[in-house]
Amino acid sequence: MSKQNEQWGSRVGLILAMAGNAVGLGNFLRFPVQALNNGGGAFMIPYLVCFVLMGIPLLWIEWSMGRFGGKFGHHSTPFILDSMDKRRFWKYFGVFGIFTNVAVAAYYCYIESWTMSYVVHSVAGTFDRKPMTWVAGFFNNYLDIFTSTTGIPFEAVIFYLLCLGLNTFILSRGLSGVEKVAKIGMPLLILFGAFLAVRGLTLGTSGASAEYPNASAVDGLNYLWTPQYGKLTDLKVWLSAAGQIFFTLSVGMGTVHCYAAYLKANDDVALNGISAGFTNEFVEVILGGAIVIPIAAGYLGLDWVKENAGFGMAFQTMPFLFEKWGPILSALAGVFWFGLLFFAGITSSLAMGTPLMGFLQDEFSVSRNKSAMAFGLLVLVMGLPTVLLFTKSATGGVSLIAFEEYDYWAGTVSLVVFAMAETILFSWIFGIKKGWAEINTGADLKVHPVFKYIIGYVTPVMLIIVFFGALITPEANDWGAAWQSFTSGGGWPLDNGSVLSMITMTGLNEKLAAATDPATIETLKTAKLYTYIARFLLIGLFAGISWMVFIAYKKRQRAELKTA
Amino acid sequence: MNTEALVIMISSQVVITAFTVYFFYKVFSSPIKKD
Repeated sequence: MSKQNEQWGSRVGLILAMAGNAVGLGNFLRFPVQALNNGGGAFMIPYLVCFVLMGIPLLWIEWSMGRFGGKFGHHSTPFILDSMDKRRFWKYFGVFGIFTNVAVAAYYCYIESWTMSYVVHSVAGTFDRKPMTWVAGFFNNYLDIFTSTTGIPFEAVIFYLLCLGLNTFILSRGLSGVEKVAKIGMPLLILFGAFLAVRGLTLGTSGASAEYPNASAVDGLNYLWTPQYGKLTDLKVWLSAAGQIFFTLSVGMGTVHCYAAYLKANDDVALNGISAGFTNEFVEVILGGAIVIPIAAGYLGLDWVKENAGFGMAFQTMPFLFEKWGPILSALAGVFWFGLLFFAGITSSLAMGTPLMGFLQDEFSVSRNKSAMAFGLLVLVMGLPTVLLFTKSATGGVSLIAFEEYDYWAGTVSLVVFAMAETILFSWIFGIKKGWAEINTGADLKVHPVFKYIIGYVTPVMLIIVFFGALITPEANDWGAAWQSFTSGGGWPLDNGSVLSMITMTGLNEKLAAATDPATIETLKTAKLYTYIARFLLIGLFAGISWMVFIAYKKRQRAELKTA
Repeated sequence: MNTEALVIMISSQVVITAFTVYFFYKVFSSPIKKD
């Protein structure tokens, strides 16, 4: 075990790094779509309620746990959790806090590399005067690494390696490197976002065309913000809001603990934590809600947005829409849009590197440079399948199988499991009395006593509900119909996206059973094989980290016996 | 925009901006702790 002497250079740097960790592509792409599909303006009610009852408490829990573990020289979750209770199994729950980051970084760096590449293409004028189908097709061809539309062979792989190399280099500079990127990246992200948000809010009906005569940004804003109060009684809307708050704050990953572990024992966590959380909310609600939906509705109409709103719009639609702004402004908008996505991405992926590095430095005395290299190499090994294992449909659509598997198991399920476990540990086992004292130690903000009860009872119960909600999600997310079916003896109809159905690959098996076309059957069989490979890699990664934690534990035991 | 949508959008934006500014003001105005 070695002692690390790294510290944050400034308080603002720490808050921006924490905010950068939270701000990701989901702020601009997931939030508006969730709001659109879950009651429009009424979505803000469950969203803000969940932010107060689950988001802020989780931030305080993770900041406090990190600083607590840091006092004992722990900078990653296995031994941070281990320091909070006598029972030895907690350190294996802590494995999630390293596993998730490596697995998510594997595909997240790939998305980040797309934004890098699209900045270059925006400047180079690749999308100049191209029709929408061409721009959408360009993205599919980009993902099909064997088809080069730009003349650069394996362009996606090259940008992926560049992106991973950049992350590794910055991580090798330590916390000061991460802090510098946050101090440059976050203000630029807000600046770029503000420019695009002003365009979105002022576009009006000026984007209507002969093809889309009813296009109006105002329609998009109306649809996004008009409250459908009837939706507030729908459990799905509340679970979606809880899910959005959970993922947008990057809680349940282990990155917050790791960053907070570098605080001094008497440093504030209450004010810093809530400031980072609100910075994320500012980017999400104010900027994220004013870019994609109004701009798309402003040129393509509300009906198009309702049918197509989703992640793909960022790369398949936005470059085409920017082209309407003339050659100079479109290049600028492309740089701003993909630039802000890049900064949102890199400030998160850097955070994903620090838990593994902290673990290797603490437990195996690996140097900073070597631990950064280890992270880069491990992400490369895990990440290449996300680039290479894809299937292509007859219409040209590309499915990134390993990418989707990693996103589901590591980027969704693991977060919920870990957050639920850590909250139970903090509130019920470590105990809310000690936990509350931890939150208030060195606090520059008087935390209202009601939060003691929220953290002690409400947050853990909410997380248990979110976990079971994901485990047994009913068909079409219709809880009312599922309950009726259950009480009338018809069983619980599981959705193919529920955790239980995903384990058994129900959706894929159903498609395979229904397919008659030999080419489709072959594609689905390939998808199944790739799914197994991705799961094998994920299980191998988790087992490998668990084994390293066991070795580290044995080393610690031997060291304790020697000193006794 | 219709009035209801405008009210929800602006009130959400004002509430979030106000809290963000307030907390950053607290960060900058808190005394620096000595080791």
